[in-house]
Amino acid sequence: MNPQSKKEDLLGDILEKYRDTKGNIIPLLQDIQDIFGYIPEDAVDLISKRLDIPESKLYGVTTFYAQFHLRPRGENIITACCGTACHVKGSERIINSIRTILGLGSGEDTTRDQKFTLEKVACIGTCSMAPVIVINKDVYGGITPDKITRTLKKYQTKRSDDKE
Amino acid sequence: MIRNSKNKKETERDIVVKVCLGPGGIASGGERVLMAFKEETGKRGIKASFEPNCSVHQVGCMGLCSKDVLVDVLQNGKKTTYQFIKPEMVGRIVEEHIINGRVVEEWTVREDYNAFYGKQMKVVLDACGKIDPEDIEAYILMDGYESARKALTKMTPVEVIEEVKSSGLRGRGGAGFPTGKKWEFCRSQKEETRYFICNADEGDPGAFMDRAIIEGNPHSVIEGMIIGAYAINAKEGYVYIRAEYPLAVKRLGIALGKAREKGFLGKKIFGTDIDFDIKIKLGAGAFVCGEETALIASIEGRRGMPRTRPPFPAQKGLWGKPTVINNVETLANLPLIIKNGAKWYSSIGSDGSKGTKVFALTGKIKNTGLIEVPMGISLKEIIYDIAGGIEKDRTFKAVQTGGPSGGCIPSSMIDLKVDYETLAKAGSIMGSGGMIVLDETDCMVAIAKFFLEFTQKESCGKCPPCRIGTKRMLEILERITAGNGKEEDLALLEELGGKVKVTSLCGLGQSAPNPVLSTIKYFRDEYEEHIKNKKCPAKVCNALITFSILESCNGCGACRIACPAVAITGEKKKLHRIYQDLCIKCGACFEVCKFSAVEKL
Repeated sequence: MNPQSKKEDLLGDILEKYRDTKGNIIPLLQDIQDIFGYIPEDAVDLISKRLDIPESKLYGVTTFYAQFHLRPRGENIITACCGTACHVKGSERIINSIRTILGLGSGEDTTRDQKFTLEKVACIGTCSMAPVIVINKDVYGGITPDKITRTLKKYQTKRSDDKE
Repeated sequence: MIRNSKNKKETERDIVVKVCLGPGGIASGGERVLMAFKEETGKRGIKASFEPNCSVHQVGCMGLCSKDVLVDVLQNGKKTTYQFIKPEMVGRIVEEHIINGRVVEEWTVREDYNAFYGKQMKVVLDACGKIDPEDIEAYILMDGYESARKALTKMTPVEVIEEVKSSGLRGRGGAGFPTGKKWEFCRSQKEETRYFICNADEGDPGAFMDRAIIEGNPHSVIEGMIIGAYAINAKEGYVYIRAEYPLAVKRLGIALGKAREKGFLGKKIFGTDIDFDIKIKLGAGAFVCGEETALIASIEGRRGMPRTRPPFPAQKGLWGKPTVINNVETLANLPLIIKNGAKWYSSIGSDGSKGTKVFALTGKIKNTGLIEVPMGISLKEIIYDIAGGIEKDRTFKAVQTGGPSGGCIPSSMIDLKVDYETLAKAGSIMGSGGMIVLDETDCMVAIAKFFLEFTQKESCGKCPPCRIGTKRMLEILERITAGNGKEEDLALLEELGGKVKVTSLCGLGQSAPNPVLSTIKYFRDEYEEHIKNKKCPAKVCNALITFSILESCNGCGACRIACPAVAITGEKKKLHRIYQDLCIKCGACFEVCKFSAVEKL
């Protein structure tokens, strides 16, 4: 079985699971995002038809909450903490540096090669290590623009290795 | 008696190693330290038990996150605490301390560790950091679930409500509404079906109290919910928790399962005829969902938008039924009130604010971490005694409380008492417990802009004062920090802010102008400096500062290598220069230069 059809089977299971429960839209979308990494348009179409929920309502919920993504995200997720502690310790400068290094244009959060996505989060609760960034699941505390250049290089070289 | 058996249990073991596995501990490599201890002792055949110490943030034993990874070693009942522990240090601790009984002095905590705890009062956080949060027996050994049993088997719901009312407990989520009154109001409704919700949608930037409580002692929150649900006669409960807190969600899930096995949740709990069970609802990332009616909308699967009140949730809440929503910290207080009595509880704190408050203490201070203090303590005691003063010995400028809904309190008011009324009078709020200390290098205009950016982005868009008002205010702050401020901007900000406060639909909009208004009130000269002289006195606002390299540059090239924007050129051992049009003002050059040859103006 190819991975795609496996995903579709899972989607079918999820739809069945949430068919009759009250207040099902958010957990339903959360489960779908767990499988695909984002909310594909086709999935919204399918939920709407199978569960008889208007697409407008589904998009309304999807776009309201920060957790949901309508576009695929990069292989590496860089989460920059923008909590107050991180802010006063210079998170904005860190984010600008990351954008420059990755070559992200204004309004872009994913690199064109789909390798990196830069996201901001309100607070991850490790304020004593501020400023903090999380790359995938690794936490980097006490980050400076200088350190971030070196840290990102590790992930960037990994990227060129993959190509070879 | 129960306590004794716990003590005995701990001393019976030869060695207990507790590794800080709170958010800070994990982020600092706590899991690897724990592994290293297991390997080292396993290798040497030492009988030791390893507890993934509960969410160490709040930790009784630890809590001082800036010293993570913290490790407690208990040997024959004697506790030694080590700080900044890395996996490679574990071998020596095992060799010298655990095997040969010689404490590795140079790695133990210093005096500031004890000073950090001196003025604290651990009530809610007492068990956090002492017990394994994934082990219900550990909680039961500390009299856990005895308060719920007492309430359900020995007290009537009305007696429970009266006890909570006379304790003076007020909601810890921010607004400070008396908890007992809220319950009484809900109980008086005619409708049979009621719901009890725990609000764990902690969204304030710079606040992690609720996360720490759930990760460190999830059963205390569950027990609080059981007591509350009994008081209002609810059969179903929900915990609305941020999906961004995976560890808290996991530990809460484990705790709920264990409590069900023990018969504390489900049908006929504690052997009575009462049914009550709790479901977890994951939030999807919207700050406004901390507001009660928005939270309800979100559980119902809609966009999390608030509605007008009345009817209040206690009258018409979830699915239109009477609903009580309490914050995590509020709930964690309840077992203690039932156990020790309202009199005991109301003996702690100040006149209008009873009990203790947990704060996430961060910013420019020496000791950052999670603290619990009695209400009415002064800011000075928190900042200088507990937090150890300002880091790098800079000058204290202000303290921000209440996050994006709160305000900044200037250094001149450092003797202020921390309670609901006093903070409100000063133009700030108690809030949920974020406390960020600022020093002379922080720009108050930029801080105000930071918070407003947050609230403006998180505004749900339903009511115009919040949707448009915060946007217009933010535009004004943006032009001030970009050096384009106008003379009349301050008056305009004050007028707009006042209107947004009184006309917004929910607490988000009503409090959004607080950071701006309080900074204008106390730091007006700093705003004026930005507007009139186009200068940022704290040298923070990018548009108003420039980096340049002085003649004293010896051409070491460190700045050139560090510059992420490739804006610095220069030959080796010769004067370097910065191309201003390429410079992104990240400050990397300023930080790496060892010869003070980079100037910030």
